[in-house]
Amino acid sequence: MNLSVNIAGVTLKNPVITASGTFGSGEEYAEYQDLNGLGAVTTKGVSLTPWMGNKTPRVTEVYGGMLNAIGLQNPGIDTFITRDLPFLSQYDTRVIVNVCGKTTEEYLAVVERLSDTAADLLEINVSCPNVKEGAIAFGQNRDALFAITKEIKKKARQPIIMKLSPNVTNIAEMAKACEAAGADAISLINTITAMKIDIYKRSFVLANKTGGLSGPAIKPVAVRMVYECAQAVKLPIIGMGGIATAEDALEFIMAGASAVAVGMIHFHDPNRATQIVQDLIQYMNTYHVEDINELTGCVR
Amino acid sequence: MKHKETAVIIKQEALSDGIFSLWLETEAATLAKPGQFLSLYPKNAARLLPRPISICETDKINGKSAIRLVYRVVGGGTAEFSTFKPGETIDFLGPLGNGFPENARRALLIGGGIGIPPMLMLAKSRAAREQSSREDTLIVTGYRDNNTFLLSELSRYGTVYGAAEQLCADLFTDRALRNELLFIPIRSARQTESFPLDGASDREKTGAVPFTEGTVLDAIKAFELSADVIYACGPKPMLKAVKDFALEKGIPAWLSLEERMACGVGVCLGCVCETAEPDPHSLVTNKRVCREGPVFAAEEVIL
Repeated sequence: MNLSVNIAGVTLKNPVITASGTFGSGEEYAEYQDLNGLGAVTTKGVSLTPWMGNKTPRVTEVYGGMLNAIGLQNPGIDTFITRDLPFLSQYDTRVIVNVCGKTTEEYLAVVERLSDTAADLLEINVSCPNVKEGAIAFGQNRDALFAITKEIKKKARQPIIMKLSPNVTNIAEMAKACEAAGADAISLINTITAMKIDIYKRSFVLANKTGGLSGPAIKPVAVRMVYECAQAVKLPIIGMGGIATAEDALEFIMAGASAVAVGMIHFHDPNRATQIVQDLIQYMNTYHVEDINELTGCVR
Repeated sequence: MKHKETAVIIKQEALSDGIFSLWLETEAATLAKPGQFLSLYPKNAARLLPRPISICETDKINGKSAIRLVYRVVGGGTAEFSTFKPGETIDFLGPLGNGFPENARRALLIGGGIGIPPMLMLAKSRAAREQSSREDTLIVTGYRDNNTFLLSELSRYGTVYGAAEQLCADLFTDRALRNELLFIPIRSARQTESFPLDGASDREKTGAVPFTEGTVLDAIKAFELSADVIYACGPKPMLKAVKDFALEKGIPAWLSLEERMACGVGVCLGCVCETAEPDPHSLVTNKRVCREGPVFAAEEVIL
């Protein structure tokens, strides 16, 4: 049985990855699951300098998911390289570093700092809805997305994965812009911009007013978008958005994803990605699937 | 490896209006320290996030390790918990967080509202130490109104004082209290002077818990309480007032904070609080309440 998949020339032992922002840099959840069993760990977004993030409340539960407006709080690339990357390098798993910035120059500086490190792949965050500058501003405009993808591709030593926002009219057009600019892969979806109101206080629940919706509530939207992108581009796709079970992961794979990322559900079960790997193996045994890649895009 | 655990519910009862006491059978009890919390998962599949609830005490029940949680029903998740019956199970993570650093000196334990329960475990832990006497543990409890809870239990381990924002002496609801304790309501600091308490001897005779109308700070002032160290848990305005009081008096204080959490283990960065010094995770000034906390030195946090 083959579970391994290839993303832009990098082999992952299985298609299960952790989703950025829901797994830190692996340290906390390494107490709850064996990172050696995962295809890859995607880190929380890393910027050039430390970022404060937003005011609290930053998180709230909604039906079948949650809203977050963390605002990309992170220690910056220097500490990430000296502290967090060596931690992840102890494990036999691939490392995908999520890169964020306020300007093109900041993205480029982070990408360059990562060039001679243990990072296997770079995921470019052009889709975080919770920061005022950068991020989603690049991901909601076709020309801006093309331009930044092209710039980053010139500097990056590792393959680049452009992480797409669902907060657009036509996500397939965004995928095409990434492909045309030379991206090596795409990942989708980031969170859906959303809002919750406290009717007793007559105010917003989150200090940021809006936040990103994640969790099982968004899964059908994400599956549809992965399918649309798979029909539009030849790039490998990492599918994510509300994956809670192996069955969910298989939906994304059949819609066209080569790999999947498990995110918010870790807050419900800190061992879930590992569980999903085991359940995928069980599915493949039961339904006589020799190679997980047979299933990628099998639904047209 | 740590993992999500399952506990069996031993018993559950309402202590007061919207306040429930839940005993869980779990070996995790042997690891728990005062000031730590459990993250409890609702069973409703649409409610995915765990609810952080401070540990009220641990004990052996029928020879098995058990944790007691005393919580307030504030939303759908806690409303669901309040329906759980003995024999049912509940999933949780924990114990989580750092807990209170303990020492044997004379201590003032301050609990406001649903910040009162962790003070029971702290008082009990102090009482179990040989070097500290019951008189060295002063406990100030703050309530919204007459819906009090845990007063008689706290009185076993320390000298208890009360404050209620709206006070009506005849209408206290703490059932155990009605039988065992006598209230000495004191309506203001000024009236304290004209209503002298004969300190410990009076208490020993009657088991009375003197109350004042107002906040925990009003009670501390009315009863002229002081100590070598302060431990506090409660709503943010109370913690801010306690911090100011502690700094003014030069008393070291430990504050247990509450914030909306998602993961409960330090991953999501949802529950940060502003701190004076850079935090160890992001090197900004945002410590994680769930991981570096929930207990912080008063001078460490900006409230």
